[in-house]
Amino acid sequence: MPLLQLEGVSKRFGQVVVADGITFQLEAGSSVGVVGPNGAGKTSMFAIISGDIKADSGVLRLADQDLHRVSTPQRCRLGIGRTYQIPQPFEHMTVFENALLAAQQGARRRGRESYEAAYRALERAGLAALANRPAGSLALLHRKRLELARALASNPRILLLDEIAGGLTDAEVVELSDVIRTLQSDGIAILWIEHVVRALLSTVDRLLCLANGALVADGDPHEVLASDAVRRVYLGGRIINESGIA
Amino acid sequence: MIWLNVIVSGVLLGGFYALFACGLSLMFGVMKIINLAHGDMAVVAGYTAVFLVPKFHLPEVWSFIVVVPLFALLGYVVQRTLFQKSIDRDPFTTLLVTFGLSVVIENLLLEIYTANAQSINIGSLIAKSWQVNNTIYVSYLSLTVLIVSVVVLAALQLFLSKTSTGRQIRAVSDDREAAQLCGTNYRHIFGIASSLAFATVALAGIAFGMYTSLDPTSGGVNLLYAFETVVIGGIGSLWGTLVGGILLGIAQQFGAHFNEQYTVLAGNILFLIVLAIRPQGLFGKKVVMS
Repeated sequence: MPLLQLEGVSKRFGQVVVADGITFQLEAGSSVGVVGPNGAGKTSMFAIISGDIKADSGVLRLADQDLHRVSTPQRCRLGIGRTYQIPQPFEHMTVFENALLAAQQGARRRGRESYEAAYRALERAGLAALANRPAGSLALLHRKRLELARALASNPRILLLDEIAGGLTDAEVVELSDVIRTLQSDGIAILWIEHVVRALLSTVDRLLCLANGALVADGDPHEVLASDAVRRVYLGGRIINESGIA
Repeated sequence: MIWLNVIVSGVLLGGFYALFACGLSLMFGVMKIINLAHGDMAVVAGYTAVFLVPKFHLPEVWSFIVVVPLFALLGYVVQRTLFQKSIDRDPFTTLLVTFGLSVVIENLLLEIYTANAQSINIGSLIAKSWQVNNTIYVSYLSLTVLIVSVVVLAALQLFLSKTSTGRQIRAVSDDREAAQLCGTNYRHIFGIASSLAFATVALAGIAFGMYTSLDPTSGGVNLLYAFETVVIGGIGSLWGTLVGGILLGIAQQFGAHFNEQYTVLAGNILFLIVLAIRPQGLFGKKVVMS
């Protein structure tokens, strides 16, 4: 049974279609990248999966559970973790408190166990040294890491990563890819929206391409990027070279 | 020595203002609700102490044992049923709803209890005071209210910083969307914050009924003082609320020293000066408009 299943998921705001019959499945421990031009509906798809937006139609399942009537906090407790494209830390709380909140409310951990889980999540995201800093004082890179740490602290089965590599240096991208591969090996399914294609190619097993809210390609990352449909809608006709740089 | 008396009286009065204002500050800080019915809720708490509590055969001075839990429950229910629906629309709706609630409360009190003033009977405690020297007297009641105010603010501060629910309140106050992604049901947390705000306003209403007399229209003036306290201290800062209340109290006592009619005016002038020089309040954080 797939861990996450979307079947014909659609959503429109007036005349604007943000999801147009999206269908795909995600297996436990798999790592899937999502690409597409700006406005393709990638973040909206994440919002539908996490519960921030309710789909108009279609089937959305986590394992054998229908998610349509499940609220965002409940989805988090069921194991859907998400990061935002623009980091949204709790600025008036410390870095540790940010992770602790997710460990206590998302993962339903209590007492010492929750403190340990929060610290482990910060360690994995490379933020343990900044645990006592106010989250509002962090620079962009660390804010992105905090998004990841908070999602990890909620003990996710699926991690929705929204452009987490944007603005990172090459070395940091490599480091991030290593972290994500480790998470994958722990059995966490990864769904990763990213414009930094080299980061995706070095990490994901499969690639989805969205355009105008519809899924235009789904398959092997190199094959997807080389396909005519994807080159037309996403790469403007450019070809991906061997190192994965468009 | 006269000025010391003015300061002592101002500090004692400020304790009451801080108690009154902390609920307003909490509601705005967490839910961005400017509760225009805040003063009226305090009056309702006072009336509840006067008319309902004697039915429990409790002395009125102990009325908070009944009224505070009752108001905590009421706060949760009002938030989940009335305020939440208006928050889901827009801030302007919330303003209208709380204004409407204020009008309804005033008229209901007038209809049920008439315009006659009421007060909470605390017996001889009202007249007891501690004589510091020949010119300075500290009223037991005022000192008690100041102590209660400090204890309430300290307890709230501790609750917000040290408990899991407190962290959730701070998280939804920062970003309720992100808090939901961490497994927090923000509507429930808003209910708890409202519950705390109503509990503190109940204490303030009871204190008000002990200090002076209540009538159905006293809520408006009290709302103004609470609002001034929050603005002077800085929105979202509990200790700022205490300092704001004390400064407002001192300013009013300073004005009253020259002429009784200057009491409110002096407070208003301080409020305007703080607004002009430091709009975010003395302890508030500056907000940068994007």
